[in-house]
Amino acid sequence: MSTDERFSGSFADRFEDGPLGVDNAVINGPVTDFATDFDHTDPMWVADPFPILDDLRDRCPVAHTDRYGGAWLPTRHEDVSAIAYDTERFTSRSVLMNNNRPPLDMAPAGIAPPISSDPPFHQEARRVLLPAFAPRAVAKLEPGTAEYCDSLLDQLEGRSIVDAAVDYAQHIPVRVIADMLGFPQADAELHRQFVHDILESVNDPMEERFQKIQGVIMYLWGQIEDHAESPRDDLTSFLIDAELAGAPLDPIHIAGTMALLLLAGIDTTWSAIGSSIWHLASHPADRERLVAEPDLLPTAMEEFLRAYAPVTMARLVREDMDWNGCPMKAEDWVLLSFPSANRDPEAFDRADEVIIDRQVNRHAAFGLGIHRCVGSNLARMELRVALERWLARYPVFSLSDPDAVRWSGGQVRGPRTLPISVPL
Amino acid sequence: MRVSIDVDRCQGHGRCYALAPGVFDSDDLGNGVELNGGIVPPEFEVAARLAVANCPENAIALDEGT
Repeated sequence: MSTDERFSGSFADRFEDGPLGVDNAVINGPVTDFATDFDHTDPMWVADPFPILDDLRDRCPVAHTDRYGGAWLPTRHEDVSAIAYDTERFTSRSVLMNNNRPPLDMAPAGIAPPISSDPPFHQEARRVLLPAFAPRAVAKLEPGTAEYCDSLLDQLEGRSIVDAAVDYAQHIPVRVIADMLGFPQADAELHRQFVHDILESVNDPMEERFQKIQGVIMYLWGQIEDHAESPRDDLTSFLIDAELAGAPLDPIHIAGTMALLLLAGIDTTWSAIGSSIWHLASHPADRERLVAEPDLLPTAMEEFLRAYAPVTMARLVREDMDWNGCPMKAEDWVLLSFPSANRDPEAFDRADEVIIDRQVNRHAAFGLGIHRCVGSNLARMELRVALERWLARYPVFSLSDPDAVRWSGGQVRGPRTLPISVPL
Repeated sequence: MRVSIDVDRCQGHGRCYALAPGVFDSDDLGNGVELNGGIVPPEFEVAARLAVANCPENAIALDEGT
């Protein structure tokens, strides 16, 4: 029986008033011109956004759309980094561009602290999490991760075609983060469904989105109640016990942070693993070199992160302003395309080429400024181990059907179907 | 050679201690810290330059002089 009054009563009561914040009309249909009508869920964008981003960088370089209630897309490294650093004029109150702006009074914590938090609250909320994701804590998870990767590969024994996304990449981060949070391993499919519901379905009708968001919150609430009654040595119990400015965390803060760790911990790393395997499957010389020179993997991995950065973030404009000639309005979205910044020839030599021994690689795959991905050490460990184990098992592999590869839409990009031929 | 991390710019990307573990280490939060008071032993100078060139936040200053 829990004696913690923070968790008494039904969590659903807190949401009885229905959807919160301000919705805008959903605009669907094909994009006419990405400079004036961009949509990151458009099929052409989803299949390959890089030619579009390169074109915009050359001729625009800040695109606009009336979709999602109004949004901007800077494509140059200089502009992406300037906005990432400018937490005064761009708020993180929501970092997922969709057709709803969360209520203003959710600031400064936002819906999923600390990613949705602004200074100075942000720093305190982030500090709570950092030790759990620092290198020494992450190193302890490496042997278990390697073992899990090997067990996934064992299950593929005897097959000549495997799906590197479905059979391999998608499972690894789910297992790692669910173990860290102390969630049942049997819920893995549900966790992946949450990712799809929240991150990939951003242009669905808001009533449907709200139902899905509620489903995630109710699940997390169940985990919080369970952990409040039976504390364990995991991140959920840690958050229940954690303090911020001398007081226990608000239950909504706890649930929001858990949502962040679960959702942001899954499809990002799954995408990075999948994109790296996709690259190696379609570039035999790079694959052969990496098999021959395994010590090159940490360097090559950074290049995969640069060239196929999985994550694009969003900000909201705080007040009407002219920003470098763009008439930005309060509550306009800004998509912070780290993938585009990473392909800017002003910032990188031979930016459009994947050079697996690139020595100088100041890429922004994990963001820039105060919102640097809290899980970057964990993601790098998972990516390195997943590639090491894959290459050890399959030194030779190729795309079995390049046309069958499917990529995710929205702000997290990676292959979701990736059929690979492997030697029997 | 001497290196110093600007603690206001460092966001804990961890590139410095990954690329030059003889020169930098991580604190409990994952932010970089200089080892040996920032004085770089000659055998680690190449690694130190690499770390400086790879910091996404441009947070590390390098002084060739000392």
